[in-house]
Amino acid sequence: MKNLYLSHSATIKDIIIETEDGNIKTFILELDDPEIRDNWKHIPGQFAMMSIAGMGEIPIGIASSPTEKDILSFTVSKIGVVTTELHNMKTGDKIGIRGPIGNGYPLKNQLKGKNILIIGGGYGFTTLRATIIYLIENRKDYNEINVIYGARNPGLLLYKKELEEWSKRNDINCHITVDREVPGWTGLVGFVPQILEKVSPESENSFALICGPPAMIKFSMPVLEKLTWHDNQILFSMENRMKCAAGVCGHCNIGPFYVCKDGPVITREKLKQLPTEY
Amino acid sequence: MTLSKALKIAENEIKNLLNILNDSFQVFIPKLKEKTSYKFYEWDIYNNGDEFNIFIGVPKSSIKSFFFPQPETLFKFSIQKDTTALKEPEEENKRMLFGVRPCDARSIILNKLPYSEDSYYIKKTEQNIIIGLSCNERRNSCFCLWAGGSPMGTEGTDISLTLIDASFIVEAITERGGKIIETLGDKFPVASTSDIEKLNALRASYEKQRQSIPDPVKKIQDKNLLELYDKPLWNDVSLSCINCGICTFLCPTCYCFDIQDETSKGQGKRIRFWDSCMFPLFTQHATGHNPRGAKHQRVRNRFMHKLKYFPDRYNVFSCVGCGRCIKECPVNIDIREVLRDML
Repeated sequence: MKNLYLSHSATIKDIIIETEDGNIKTFILELDDPEIRDNWKHIPGQFAMMSIAGMGEIPIGIASSPTEKDILSFTVSKIGVVTTELHNMKTGDKIGIRGPIGNGYPLKNQLKGKNILIIGGGYGFTTLRATIIYLIENRKDYNEINVIYGARNPGLLLYKKELEEWSKRNDINCHITVDREVPGWTGLVGFVPQILEKVSPESENSFALICGPPAMIKFSMPVLEKLTWHDNQILFSMENRMKCAAGVCGHCNIGPFYVCKDGPVITREKLKQLPTEY
Repeated sequence: MTLSKALKIAENEIKNLLNILNDSFQVFIPKLKEKTSYKFYEWDIYNNGDEFNIFIGVPKSSIKSFFFPQPETLFKFSIQKDTTALKEPEEENKRMLFGVRPCDARSIILNKLPYSEDSYYIKKTEQNIIIGLSCNERRNSCFCLWAGGSPMGTEGTDISLTLIDASFIVEAITERGGKIIETLGDKFPVASTSDIEKLNALRASYEKQRQSIPDPVKKIQDKNLLELYDKPLWNDVSLSCINCGICTFLCPTCYCFDIQDETSKGQGKRIRFWDSCMFPLFTQHATGHNPRGAKHQRVRNRFMHKLKYFPDRYNVFSCVGCGRCIKECPVNIDIREVLRDML
């Protein structure tokens, strides 16, 4: 019987400081065991349990796409015990990885052949980054792609280099915005829901993948409703405190729904049938 | 699945049986404990000659600590290297829990539903042999029939004992239980056909009683989840609750746990131990945000999990009706009343 709780050793290969305040970093890892590395297969939207021996274990969304060979990356905000310790680590240090866990975005099934709308805010953009890379690699499988991503100010935008690259492409429409005008910023200005209204993506034959702060989600919903988006076309990615990540320990439940096992990706339709415990 | 051969052991010979079993297993029985003027039964190691008392109801603690040790080491690691320099805990000897009430035995089966892929739990079910003891009388907090069990239930047991006319009828329930009974065959008489008939008639009468109760699981499943969730009853129930968590710790089917790392001198272990959804930290995010920050939300979660979420998923309550939470709750919250209000 497989042991659900064992994690695999991984080495930090590179660390990228993502934001100006230095509070968000991307850790690029390599799983130490070649067999486990070769067998690692994930879907954008899935997460993994990351642990530091002696400090504990936390759930983190996978920021790399399965199409990026031999790369496994996580973008982590410094906020609690484990993440603070992680931010103090250097290239070459060892951490534990257990996963991939949960249901990712249905990129290989329902999303195929559809228009994809990606709405991200702040640091809720990590698994969406994985998704965008995956979409670009498999571009012919999808129809029109719109990306709306915003942060409070340019310094808080993640993956700036990639945002620039994506903006230059003509096979995806990138709308990068910041909340307020900032000297030197030539891009869009305004909250994500406002930009969404301007972009007005069509609902027909479309799916929206949304991850970001609650306020962004709250004010984006009326916009999508006005554009006749149905609740089963809107996919969220949930997060709650987690321990076992196997649907056993009871920490992450939203009513009968275990974020770890039944999620983290969930349709708005399904979420509306659950208590608001998130 | 009652095997054909059952033994009949006189009530006053039960110690002989225990002594024989004690040769091959590490046997645990409920023992009478006394603290100042407070008397209660608690699971403890059987030593040859110890008294085996039959009392009404269940021991103070459930048997879950034999299945989820408090704490349980998931693995050990060396801090100089990494988390995967690990060693899984060693196997323990075969243990036998003797005199387990049907409600407690049934909890093993119910907990196995969410734990079906948890190797630690499954290993414990293989290591612990359960000798059940049917209830001849019920405590006023008992409600196993409502929870889907029976005072003569055998679910979760390997061998079941039922006291009829000053003799125990000893039935094999599982294959490994049958093997143990085979080894005892030359030491104790075999139960007669009339003994077995008596036993079966008694068991059938309880079954009939349970079937006379309109299936509460079915009734709950038919209810809308959010309507139950939004009922005003949760404010009333939680008003007196002090979130002490005793209900969750004594409950045989409360199985939530926390995982933490413990380290000392470069060596560490990842352990899991009982946690309780009654505690605010249970759901608190690192950001400070708490999805169940208010007391009534936590009380509601406990009952909704046992009586709605769990049966929606597994077709059975996560409750065996042992009544410990009713008996020990410092503010007299009664799960039977909550269930009635939900129905």
